[in-house]
Amino acid sequence: MRKVIRPGGPVLSRRTLAAGAAAGTLLAASGLGATRARAADPLKVGFVYVGPVGDYGWSYQHDQGRLAIEAEFGDAVATTYVESVPEGADAERVLSQLASGGHGLIFATSFGFMNATLKAARQFPQVKFEHCTGYKRADNVSTYMARFYEGRYIIGVIAGMMTRSNVIGYVGAVPIPEVVRGINAFTQGLRSVNPEATVKVIWVNAWYDPGKEREAAETLVAQGADVLSQHTDSPAPVQVAAEKGLYAFGQATDMRAFGPEAHLTAIVDDWDSYYVDRTRAVLDGTWASTDTWGGLSTGMVAMSDYNDALPEDVVAAAEAARVAIAAGTLHPLAGPLTDQAGTVRMAEGEVPDDGLLLGMDWFVEGVQGQVPR
Amino acid sequence: MGLRLEPRAERSRVMVYLTPLVAAALTVVAGAALFAALGHDPVRALFAFFVAPLTTAFGLGELFVKATPLVLCALGLAVGFRGNVWNIGAEGQLILGAVFAGGLALWAGETIPGGGGPWLLPAMVVMGILGGMAWAAIPALLRTRFNANEILVSLMLTYVAGLLLGYLVHGPWRDPMGYNFPESALFGEAALLPPLVAGTRLHIGALFALAAVAGTWVLLMRSFIGFQIKVVGLAPRAGGYAGFSGDRVVWLGLLCGGGLAGLAGMVEVAGPIGQLHTQISPGYGFTAIIVAFLGRLHPLGILLAGLFMALTYLGGDTLQIELGLPRAVTGLFQGMVLFFLLASDVLIHHRIRWSQRPAIPHGEAG
Amino acid sequence: MDALPHADWMAGLAALLVAMIRAATPLALAAIGELVAEKAGVLNLGVEGMMLVGAVAAFATMVTTGNLALAVLAAMVAALLMALLFGVLTLSLMANQVATGLALTIFGIGLSAFIGKGFIGIPIDGLGPLSIPGLTDIPLLGPVLFGQDVLVYASVALTLAVSLVLYRSRAGLIIRAVGENHAAAHAIGYPVLGIRYLCVLFGGAMAGLAGAYLSLAYTPMWVETMTSGRGWIALALVVFATWKPGRVLLGAYLFGGVTIIQLHAQGAGLAVSSHLLSMLPYLATILVLVLISRDRVKIRLNAPACLGKVFRPES
Repeated sequence: MRKVIRPGGPVLSRRTLAAGAAAGTLLAASGLGATRARAADPLKVGFVYVGPVGDYGWSYQHDQGRLAIEAEFGDAVATTYVESVPEGADAERVLSQLASGGHGLIFATSFGFMNATLKAARQFPQVKFEHCTGYKRADNVSTYMARFYEGRYIIGVIAGMMTRSNVIGYVGAVPIPEVVRGINAFTQGLRSVNPEATVKVIWVNAWYDPGKEREAAETLVAQGADVLSQHTDSPAPVQVAAEKGLYAFGQATDMRAFGPEAHLTAIVDDWDSYYVDRTRAVLDGTWASTDTWGGLSTGMVAMSDYNDALPEDVVAAAEAARVAIAAGTLHPLAGPLTDQAGTVRMAEGEVPDDGLLLGMDWFVEGVQGQVPR
Repeated sequence: MGLRLEPRAERSRVMVYLTPLVAAALTVVAGAALFAALGHDPVRALFAFFVAPLTTAFGLGELFVKATPLVLCALGLAVGFRGNVWNIGAEGQLILGAVFAGGLALWAGETIPGGGGPWLLPAMVVMGILGGMAWAAIPALLRTRFNANEILVSLMLTYVAGLLLGYLVHGPWRDPMGYNFPESALFGEAALLPPLVAGTRLHIGALFALAAVAGTWVLLMRSFIGFQIKVVGLAPRAGGYAGFSGDRVVWLGLLCGGGLAGLAGMVEVAGPIGQLHTQISPGYGFTAIIVAFLGRLHPLGILLAGLFMALTYLGGDTLQIELGLPRAVTGLFQGMVLFFLLASDVLIHHRIRWSQRPAIPHGEAG
Repeated sequence: MDALPHADWMAGLAALLVAMIRAATPLALAAIGELVAEKAGVLNLGVEGMMLVGAVAAFATMVTTGNLALAVLAAMVAALLMALLFGVLTLSLMANQVATGLALTIFGIGLSAFIGKGFIGIPIDGLGPLSIPGLTDIPLLGPVLFGQDVLVYASVALTLAVSLVLYRSRAGLIIRAVGENHAAAHAIGYPVLGIRYLCVLFGGAMAGLAGAYLSLAYTPMWVETMTSGRGWIALALVVFATWKPGRVLLGAYLFGGVTIIQLHAQGAGLAVSSHLLSMLPYLATILVLVLISRDRVKIRLNAPACLGKVFRPES
């Protein structure tokens, strides 16, 4: 049930929360029976997306997470989403409107919503907020992000073994630390099996522009790349690889359909279990502000099926890396880490802390091009 | 037999005020059909779109917050449009205003102990206006000096402005404490527009917009300059005979447009946003073009049109939240509403008659 | 110098030219259509919206029927209907053209997203490039001249055709007369509105073709707002071309070329911020416009004098 918005009024009081929590425990104990008991007062979960759900990339995957919540909790939750919310002044309004409209849990799924989320959270202390990829928290604001760089190390290993030209093309969206970190992890994986290989990066200054992504990918191919990787949302680079008979990796979603021969594997964003867990925590009354970095070990980052054409030794190497990273015995950005100028940034045996990863703004050796600044 | 448009001898004063109601009626009918077809209660949907945002202090505050940059940009554009100066780069001018004003705020926050005094906001206003004017001066110069069409130059400079802002916040103006994310530090208290109503986001930027309405009204309706703009706009040659300089109107139109768009940029970053990052405007400069014409290039009309346009955005959000409709549907509906509003203007100059003769398209009737 | 690097160099240049031409094609298609509408005196700022509706119509038809020709046709018809809506509003009901065009874009973004809901993440066999044995394999010229897809050739042919019609035919004379001075054209007895309708519809069909190029050939997929502002660039190109069809094509190639070159510069590791490099296509367009606009008299003769003005036959 969705009610007419009553801003300012604390629709979700502590009482209803406690009731929800009690019902939650009941559900856990008795299964189906409790669903009806809670149906009267479902927990409203709101999602704010930066792009359209139809981007088949970032926002699309978050919406899959929303659907997972609906599938898991049925009538016990009611989900709402607002898509294509600009990261300027509008974000705070949408967040506040969701909060005042009785949503008990709100996911803000873009970095640019960070300060707006904090402002809204101050206004609505009883509402739980979850901000994706940010670093500012509060009592009612958690942050979460995925260690996509773990997956990028694995595709780096595959790329290193599949390339003949030893030039890998990398289509980057915008030079933020998350993307730079991914490029570095990819390069470390690449050079762990093929020290000769280098990575060429082209920035398209957009997360989501199929035409531009295509042009960047074509340019990389023209400059000798025979394997493409991307940190942009559309399947355009995969299509370019397919056209030219080269290899590529999917981003965010399994993009095999757009180039069955070319698509070697994809790093899949899987928010489902995190979203289900956090929703359950609110229902149970156990929600607390946390900072979650999920990775291969938690399933937030997953690899899609390997292409059948991959030779066995490549699959074996990729799997070995995946298992080691998931087990925590291999860190994709462990030392020795040398930057482009040849300076050792991290000695052998050292492992970077999350603070260093969070703000990474320099390329490792083996990447051509610069981090723009 | 059929409907026929018949020209009126002179424009109908009544219809000037009545056409919005005609458009509203058409919108209700078409909207009801649309929502019913999608399986939603039409009354609830229309209520959510048009009324719900206006029923609370929060909603009203947000309405003015959203309308402020639209009205500011549209007022400036109207000055140019009246003189046939086609500035469609208000978006870029807005960004430059934000960059100039935001740059000053960042500089003050970094170098002045305490982050600057009461002088800072007025200085930021001036910087914002100057920034917008500077960006608009480029198409003005290229048009008057080299005859380069301002539509193209102002539009292309919008993309350049966006990239310039991107360059600054990815690079030199990046928050040193911000883990290298592309955004500046938060502005200090002294660089933020004070709120008008506690508990809402309504800030004194809304008063700037009202002042700009009054200012452009005087300029356009009561000053000789406004008369010159109108003459040059309607008949450039006649303007020339009267000794009015076309170049002057180009400069005036673009500088007014740029200055007010720059002020809008300042209002956004010093108001609801409070810092610089890559997405400070969701296309206000483009939407303002619609606002300018919906308001019939009249300052008061623009004020109303800006508020209405803002309402369609708020209503769109509310439809998504309340009825779970995708953004696609709210965009469709927003487009329909605008079509009705724009088309109903025909009644000002024409009346609808039942024609006994076979209907003739009026274009071929003469 | 041995042979291999030379062949590499040729292949690289060929790839650059092919990429440039393909990047320019959707811009050129949409701009040529808009040029005809503007020549008749109608300014339709809804190109972006019409392109999107064309793109989704093409894609949806392709997925449903698997017929490429039908998909292209569907794109043209769908965008033509959008243009018809624009025509009814601005020509018959005399609504303001600038505002109506912008509203058409808002409407088109919404409509295309609405239609496209069920077509996200579906692959199709898109429109591939030609391959003519013998000819396509010629170094450099082969891929550039004989290795493109049919819509690329269509864009060149249509530009030529539009140029011929506008400047070498009676129909073109009438179109230009309507755009220059609708009152006079009306007085002579030309059906001003009818001609404008046809030109606006042509503009719509071409925008649809441009959309189809994106969703069928360039990046065969449907994702929301996939035109990413190309409709706006097309509008700018008409102005850039000073309303001359041949220059539209040149402008599109200039814009596409500078875009591709700046990507090449990035890939080669040029130590300049990608934000600054990305400004180049826009700055280059302004610069060239300034150079070609300096002759005041010539440009004035090209801009349709009645552009954007409402035609009221009775007044």
